[in-house]
Amino acid sequence: MIDDQWVGLGYLLSATLFIFGLKRLSHPRTAPRGNQLGAMGMLVAVLTTVLQMQLGDGIEGWILIGSGLLLGGLIGWIMAVRVEMTGMPEMVALFNGFGGAASALVALSESWKYIEDDTLEIPTGLELEVMVVAAGLSALVGWMTLTGSLLAMLKLKGGVEILGKWIRTPTWGPSWLNPVKGLLFLSTLVLIYMSIQEPTETDYLFAIIGISCLLGILLVLPIGGADMPVVVSLLNSLSGIAAAFTGFIISNSVLIVAGSLVGASGLILTFIMCKAMNRELIDVLFKAFGGSDKEQVTRTKVGSDADEVAMMVDGAQKVIIVPGYGMAVSQCQHQVKEFADLVSEKFDTEVKYAIHPVAGRMPGHMNVLLAEANVPYDQLIEMDEINPEMPEADIALIIGANDTCNPVARTKEGPLAGMPIIDADMARTVVIIKRSLSVGYAGVDNDLFYMDKTMMLFGDGKKMMNELNAAVKEL
Amino acid sequence: MEPTVLIGSVTLFVMSIFLGFELITKVPATLHTPLMSGANAISGISIVGALLGANVAYEGGDTAVSGILAFVAVVLAMINVVGGFAVTNRMLNMIAGKKRGGQ
Repeated sequence: MIDDQWVGLGYLLSATLFIFGLKRLSHPRTAPRGNQLGAMGMLVAVLTTVLQMQLGDGIEGWILIGSGLLLGGLIGWIMAVRVEMTGMPEMVALFNGFGGAASALVALSESWKYIEDDTLEIPTGLELEVMVVAAGLSALVGWMTLTGSLLAMLKLKGGVEILGKWIRTPTWGPSWLNPVKGLLFLSTLVLIYMSIQEPTETDYLFAIIGISCLLGILLVLPIGGADMPVVVSLLNSLSGIAAAFTGFIISNSVLIVAGSLVGASGLILTFIMCKAMNRELIDVLFKAFGGSDKEQVTRTKVGSDADEVAMMVDGAQKVIIVPGYGMAVSQCQHQVKEFADLVSEKFDTEVKYAIHPVAGRMPGHMNVLLAEANVPYDQLIEMDEINPEMPEADIALIIGANDTCNPVARTKEGPLAGMPIIDADMARTVVIIKRSLSVGYAGVDNDLFYMDKTMMLFGDGKKMMNELNAAVKEL
Repeated sequence: MEPTVLIGSVTLFVMSIFLGFELITKVPATLHTPLMSGANAISGISIVGALLGANVAYEGGDTAVSGILAFVAVVLAMINVVGGFAVTNRMLNMIAGKKRGGQ
């Protein structure tokens, strides 16, 4: 009995470490320590589990356990070390899917024990109900997380290469799909209820798995690129919930605590992101946005060239760079940093970066990219702080951003209405590097492009930044 | 199962959810991705269940399938845990490192 208590205390320690870890992860200064605390919590949990198995019937599955730990650890480590900073969002989505799948597999493994081993007595009464319901919910949420995350990963990538052909990840979601999703969800609940009557019926099990996988795909399919961060965060929350349900199956406290912590804090993070985009979570999930009815661009604007812009930069005292998704696509963060160094050395210009909370495809996407290019952290200014400085800026240099600085958002109309934006139009001159005048994700034309003080540099971000840098050097 | 055990688990579940809601209130945008990634690594806690499953199962032919399922769960959970914490660490080092450099 005393040994069991040590196991309980081990899990308690682990849960406490997770709580402190999460708390510290939400402050910049303590974040690295928070991550380490989380990792320590996980180590304590694993060691405690090994102890628990030793104290129980002893460890009989050394080969499975050892090789599983080694294999998974190795793959995870290699993936984490080798991934480039720009591929980070996809990697987080993929890991998240694996987490959900792991929870669902544990649930399946527990159920399967009773199916394949006749000598095991099937529990009855409350115990059976708890087990079946928890296993069913864990399967529902876990498999949904897996397929949803995989699709989200493909969407973040933009597409997939099959047999040398580039296939774009589709976005599709007519409004009649929502009742279908509701129906599928309800049918899973019915299947779970039916499983209580016949716990060893494999048809029910497979049906639950199949429907859950389909639900995950249907959940993410209608959601467009710009809303992806919100969805990945929501899926992260779901993978926590799946772990908590799995905890109910095996009556394990640390699974329940850690799982629901991640579930709840992940949901809060999801809401924080939604707020930054001025969107409701319900709208993100169930209302198709942008997509089909894009405005036609009828106006034109004469493009400028790099030399012209370089001359404007010469003499500017303050340049504010506004990066967007286009910078991530063309991977030109190093050229941007080079530009900032050039002008601050050559013309003694003050350079700052205006970071919109949802610029890019992942919250903090721009921060991570610019950090990779060694941009000093204190030059990255968040939207609310930089906007008052905009009128003093001689140049706002917008690189591949569109909706996040569209003045139409200040009006009460259209899909962008009310979204907080970077006030780039307040700067004395606006320089925009963009491939064309085409509309952004929201499908709305941008007045900023056509203002008299706006200079458009049409072209790929990297190419234009290189030309601009060359032009500045020549001056 | 005693109903009190279930009530205990449900209490733990509900309280942890409340704690999770309170834990994170304001997060700077810079930390959104690392926080998500770190929390994601913690959701790999199902590795505990996977390990327990992989142990009991591999006794003989009787529980071979559930053993293999649990084994796959160990591998996936481990990828999630190790990869998740390592990626988060990389991101945070970059951000924190730059911060010091900039001051």
